[in-house]
Amino acid sequence: MPIAQAQLEAILRDGFPDAQITIEDLAGDGDHYKARIVSEAFKGLPRVRQHQLVYAALKGRMGGELHALALETAAPA
Amino acid sequence: MTETTAADPIHDFIASAVADHPVVLFMKGVPEQPQCGFSAVCVQILDHLGADFVGVNVLQSDELRQGIKAFSDWPTIPQLYVKGEFVGGADIVREMFQSGELKTMLAEQGVLEA
Repeated sequence: MPIAQAQLEAILRDGFPDAQITIEDLAGDGDHYKARIVSEAFKGLPRVRQHQLVYAALKGRMGGELHALALETAAPA
Repeated sequence: MTETTAADPIHDFIASAVADHPVVLFMKGVPEQPQCGFSAVCVQILDHLGADFVGVNVLQSDELRQGIKAFSDWPTIPQLYVKGEFVGGADIVREMFQSGELKTMLAEQGVLEA
């Protein structure tokens, strides 16, 4: 089951309240997204840990309901 | 990394695969014929950099497909391991390739063909 873009944004917003979040629906099918998340939560963490935080916020949806989410994470400059 | 589970053959298989081979890509399909666009991108990047790597096709067994996700606490395939360390999935590999970081890291680990 695909996830609506607004729902995806709400879930990410929930996990990263301070973040700047940009979501693109890559294929227009609600199943292939690209998200750029800039949050203080990522400060000083290696990229693998940053992405793991995002996957944790998605609570198991990644790889299931959500087939493809290209991730770009960063701490605010 | 996740805790070791005693007597888990899949966990042991993965642990020895990443210990025995300097560069391992867990992927969908085989390097000669990837079956997913994200896996294909990783293969292309490794080939382009001249890294000698072993591809492990997770589609050969569902236990392996689930096992690698638990092993690295990472929900998606592909997954790249260098010298036993989890480097990342497709986005991280691509980002590191584009910044030149991947080449530097592979060279430092001595896994690029001369």
